[in-house]
Amino acid sequence: MVELAAKQGARPTDPSVQASPLAIRGLTVSYNQKPAVFSVDMTVQAGSMTAIIGPNGAGKSTLLKAALGIVRPVSGQVTVFGRPLEKQRARIAYVPQRASVDWDFPTRVIDVVLMGLSRELGLLGRVRMWHMARAMDCLHRVGMHEFADRQIGQLSGGQQQRVFLARALAQEADLYLLDEPFAGVDAATEKAIIGVLKDLKQAGKTVVAVHHDLATVTDYFDHVFLINTRKIAEGPVAEAFTAETLQATYGGRLATAQIDQIAGALG
Amino acid sequence: MSGEEFVPLSLTPLLIGVCAAVACALPGNFLLLRRQALIGDAISHVVLPGIVVAFLLTGVISTWPMMLGAAGAAAVAVILIEAIRRLGRIEPGAAMGVVFTTMFAAGVLLLEQTDTSSVHLDVEHALYGNLESLIWLDATGWASLLDPEALAGLPPELPRIAVTLLAVGLFIWLFWRPLKISTFDEGFARTIGIRTGALGLALVLVAAISAVAAFDAVGSIIVIAMFICPPAAARMMTNRLESQIGWSVLFAVLSAVIGYVLAGYGPLWLGWADAVSAAGMIATVSGVILALAAAFGPCRARAGAPGTG
Repeated sequence: MVELAAKQGARPTDPSVQASPLAIRGLTVSYNQKPAVFSVDMTVQAGSMTAIIGPNGAGKSTLLKAALGIVRPVSGQVTVFGRPLEKQRARIAYVPQRASVDWDFPTRVIDVVLMGLSRELGLLGRVRMWHMARAMDCLHRVGMHEFADRQIGQLSGGQQQRVFLARALAQEADLYLLDEPFAGVDAATEKAIIGVLKDLKQAGKTVVAVHHDLATVTDYFDHVFLINTRKIAEGPVAEAFTAETLQATYGGRLATAQIDQIAGALG
Repeated sequence: MSGEEFVPLSLTPLLIGVCAAVACALPGNFLLLRRQALIGDAISHVVLPGIVVAFLLTGVISTWPMMLGAAGAAAVAVILIEAIRRLGRIEPGAAMGVVFTTMFAAGVLLLEQTDTSSVHLDVEHALYGNLESLIWLDATGWASLLDPEALAGLPPELPRIAVTLLAVGLFIWLFWRPLKISTFDEGFARTIGIRTGALGLALVLVAAISAVAAFDAVGSIIVIAMFICPPAAARMMTNRLESQIGWSVLFAVLSAVIGYVLAGYGPLWLGWADAVSAAGMIATVSGVILALAAAFGPCRARAGAPGTG
């Protein structure tokens, strides 16, 4: 135990950890004694777009939630731009799974986006004209500005997802973490979201997203992180997203033909 | 009715009823949206053993020991609910149901076994309250409101519930933003540094304080009704949380005023000799308002509302 603590204490001086927007070391999270994520190391490259990939129940969302301090890990360390998470909250924006909230909540689209400004506004700060203008600008970027006054329950799934993304944009963070941003959305929304994410990358931001659709990985992302409770592979798409790593991640759950197809697409 | 009659006999019960109703309706808005509305019910039951224990320890019916006892009982209940939910792996609603019925039952047994007959602490009083008896005998008319001597004779429940209402209002005003965000999206709230666990506990404790202060003055029937009915009716009037709070306050005030007047004078209008329980009538009126809002409220049929897919 003493040895372990000493080892963990030494880690943040590691140069790859210092430079990484999100570095995770030895992360284990368990629900009811069964580990959901076991001893995972992750080093996100600055300015990358990284897809977290794995089968259902592989711990993808849990990894993200533990990285954000939403669930408490059994062990492990998370550093954000070389410093502890708690000191770097202002630099992170999080887009939860759409299904994780109650969309019947009595609030308007613009109010949800303004939630992204709450760190700046503080407890009692008034929402001024320029806050509204910024929130509207974020809605513009996801193509939802015409819906600002709508009650959020009146939106389609794809529109709700775009509102969540607008809220993250309002946070003006350096690291964006998204949990299944493309789950159950229409084609127009998918296009709008990937456009915004690529703009963020252009602006030098780092994007990490839990992603389900293996067919679009190579189009959308430049880095992958494959997980099935344990880390399977991590790195640039060309190196880490291969038939072997997919086989190791999905086991028998992915048909060989599917893997060959993806491997073929990779060339 | 003239001021000479109204001020001593009806003004204070009305004000106490209104303050109690609003003090419960305010936190009720958040509890309802958090699917924790049952906590209002749970708290109003678990305060009973807390109050009895506080009475046994101090030997007097006095507000602060009672408030502490009740808040302590509420804290014990919240911890027990959490423990049962985790250890027993059952849903929160069932855990709440088990805890509050058991603690209420224990409170009834404690009350029965101890000598509390000399004070007005009995189950009937706990349930129906004693609103009609909170009169202001020192008052002679409207002028008494400016007379310090007469004001000294105000029933102590009035300043207590007024201060409680002020504190509840202050809590919600001060923590409006984190309360709203963490109620809507707890995961996101944590990522921006809101301590959602502590805030959720604070909300339940504030609800417990309202419940105790209101319970002391008006009984638990009003407490249970006011935690749920005005906020639920308000939700059907608007799609904005800010307006929902406003509507819930309006409905709480209307319930208290209409309920009090109907209880006092309604039976006479119908030719009956006796008035009916004000607490019962206030709770009934709040239920009628809820029914009307459910039937005619502009936001009763919402996309995504439970039951509409």
